[in-house]
Amino acid sequence: MKKDAPSASKEVKGASRLHNTGVYMRQHWQLYLIFMMPAFLLTVIFRYLPMGGISMAFTEYNPIRGIFGSEWIGLENFKRFLSSPDFMQYLMNTLKLSVYGLLWGFPIPIILAFLLNRIMSKKTKQNIQLVLYMPNFISVIVLCGIVRILLSPTGMLNSLLGTNTNFMTMPSAFRTIYIASGIWQGAGWASIIYTAALSNASKELKEAAVIDGANIIQQIKAVEWPAIKDTVLIQFIMSVGNIMSIGFEKAYALQTDMNMSTSEIISTYVYKKGLLDGDYGFSTAVGLFNTIINIILLISMNQIVKKMNEGKGI
Amino acid sequence: MNQKVKKKSEFAKLPVGDKVLLIIGYILLGMFVVAIIFPMVYIILASFIDPITLQNSGLTFDFSKWTTTAYERVLENAQIWVGFKNAIIYSVLFTLLSVVVTLLAAYPMSRADFKGKGFFNTIFVITMFFGGGLIPTYLLISNLGMLNTIWAILLPGCFSVWNMIIARTYYMGVPRDLQEAAEIDGASEMVYFFKILLPVCSPIIATISMWQFVGMWNSYFDAMIYLHDAAKQPLQLVLRSILIQNQPEAGMVADMQSTAARAQMAELLKYATIIISSLPLLIMYPFFQKYFDNGIMAGAVKG
Repeated sequence: MKKDAPSASKEVKGASRLHNTGVYMRQHWQLYLIFMMPAFLLTVIFRYLPMGGISMAFTEYNPIRGIFGSEWIGLENFKRFLSSPDFMQYLMNTLKLSVYGLLWGFPIPIILAFLLNRIMSKKTKQNIQLVLYMPNFISVIVLCGIVRILLSPTGMLNSLLGTNTNFMTMPSAFRTIYIASGIWQGAGWASIIYTAALSNASKELKEAAVIDGANIIQQIKAVEWPAIKDTVLIQFIMSVGNIMSIGFEKAYALQTDMNMSTSEIISTYVYKKGLLDGDYGFSTAVGLFNTIINIILLISMNQIVKKMNEGKGI
Repeated sequence: MNQKVKKKSEFAKLPVGDKVLLIIGYILLGMFVVAIIFPMVYIILASFIDPITLQNSGLTFDFSKWTTTAYERVLENAQIWVGFKNAIIYSVLFTLLSVVVTLLAAYPMSRADFKGKGFFNTIFVITMFFGGGLIPTYLLISNLGMLNTIWAILLPGCFSVWNMIIARTYYMGVPRDLQEAAEIDGASEMVYFFKILLPVCSPIIATISMWQFVGMWNSYFDAMIYLHDAAKQPLQLVLRSILIQNQPEAGMVADMQSTAARAQMAELLKYATIIISSLPLLIMYPFFQKYFDNGIMAGAVKG
C-alpha cells in the first residue's frame, strides 16, 4: 500500500480515501474490467444467486409458483427431517464413513512419504512414485467398476478366497470397501505434499544429525517431523472441515439396493429427494443442515488447533 | 557398478537397528506397491479371457482360451466413441476457460497495491465453505436455459478459488525486479502479465491445467443431472451404464444366444471397458509428473 501508484497519491494528497480509490481504479481499470470481471461474474451468478434459493428450504416449494409464490412453512422441512426415523441413520452413515475414512486414510500418506524419503536410489524412488500416483488418474466410475467386478461372486477376491460371497450386497462391507478403495486410489497421491515438505527439510541439519550418530528414529524426531508438522496440521484441519462434504459421486456409484442401510449418506439422500422425487424444499433444507454442521466443525477444529499450536490456525 | 558399491556401503555403514527398520519399511512400501499393481494386472489379464472360462475357473494361462472379442465389441460400439469425443470436447474447453479465468483473477489478487483485494478475497473465500446447494443451483441452471447444454458443464465450476489462491501465491514468488523493470518501460498491466509474468509461471499453469482436465474428464455428476441426450453424454456416463448399472450399450451383447451367455459377455465387457477408458490418462500422466511437486508446494505455502 505504500509504494503503489506514486503519482496518484501525490496528486490527491489530503483528499478522501474514497477519492483515492477512485483515481486508482481509473488508472488501473484493466485490473477490474479485464482481470477480475470474469471470475467475479461467474462467482456472483453461479455461487451467490443459488444462495438466494436457500430460502426455498423454508417453503413448501412449488415449481410453478416459484420461491416467492410457494407457501412459507418456516422450519417445517427441518422438523420433518430431524424427526424422521431415517435422519439418525443417514447422519451416522455420513459421519462414520468420513470419520473412519479420516482415521484410516489420514496417516497412511504420511507414512508413505517417510518411507519414500528413505529410498536411497533416486531412480527407484521415481518409479515407485509413478506407480503410487497412478490410481489417482482412474475415474470414480472406473474405480467403482473395478471394485464391483473384483468383488463380484465370480471376481478376483472370491476366487482367491475360494468363496462366492456377494460383497456388494452386504451392508456391513460397504464402509470397508469405500475406505479401502479410497486408500488404494488416493494415499499415494496424498503423499506428494508430505514428500515435497520432507524434501525441503534442511540438508545441513540432517547431515549434522547423522554425524552426531543419530539413528533413524532420532532423525525423524529432530529433523523430519518438524519439517512437515505444519503441513500435517493444515491437511488435518482441512480434512475435518470436509467431514460432512464427503463426496456424492463415489457413494452413489457403490450403492446397491441391498447395502442402502449403510451406504445412504446425506448427499445421496439430498439428490434422490430433490432431483428424483422433486421434493425441492425438503431437499434444500437437508442440504443446508449439512452445510451448517460442516461449517461448525471447521470453525471448532480451527479453534482447537489454534489452542494446541500456540495461536497458529489457518 | 561403481555406484552400486557405493550405495551398498552406505547401507552397510548404518547401525543394526536402522538396517532392520529400513528393511521393514521397504517391505511395507513394497506391499503397498504390489497392492496397487495387482488388481490392475488382474483386470488386464481377465479382459482377454473367454467369458465362460473366466466365470467358471477365473484366470488361466492356457492361451487357447484367450480372446480379443471383448475389445472388438467395445471398440465397435458407437456410444463409447461418442463418449470419448464429448469427454475430449468438454475437458479441453473447460480447461481452457477455467485456466484463463483463474489466472486472470489471480493477478490483481497478487498485487500489494490492488484496491478491493479484501473485498474480493472475502467474496471468493466464502464460496469455498458455503453455497446454495444442489437444488437451488439446479433451478438456476434451469432458469438460465442451460439445461441439456454444454454451458451447464463448463461454466458453474469454471472459476476455482483454490486454484486462484495457488496461482496468486506463485505470482507473488516472482521476483519484484521483473515487475519494476516492466513499469519503468511503461509497460501496461496487460503487457506485463502476458509477456513477462505468464512465461515464468509455466509450471503452475501446467499443474492447474492438468488438475482441471483430469477433474473434468473423470467427473460424472454434473453431466448426469444436466445432460439428458445420449448424444451429449461424456465418457463417464457411458461407462456408468456399462460398469455400474449393468446395462451394456445396445448391440454389445444382443447377438448372444442365451441370457447366461449375455450375462457372461456383459461381465467380460466390463474388464475391456475399464482398460480402454483408463488408458489415455494413464499413458499421458507420466509426462506431467515433473510438475506435481512444484504445483503442490506452491499451493501448500498458504493453505
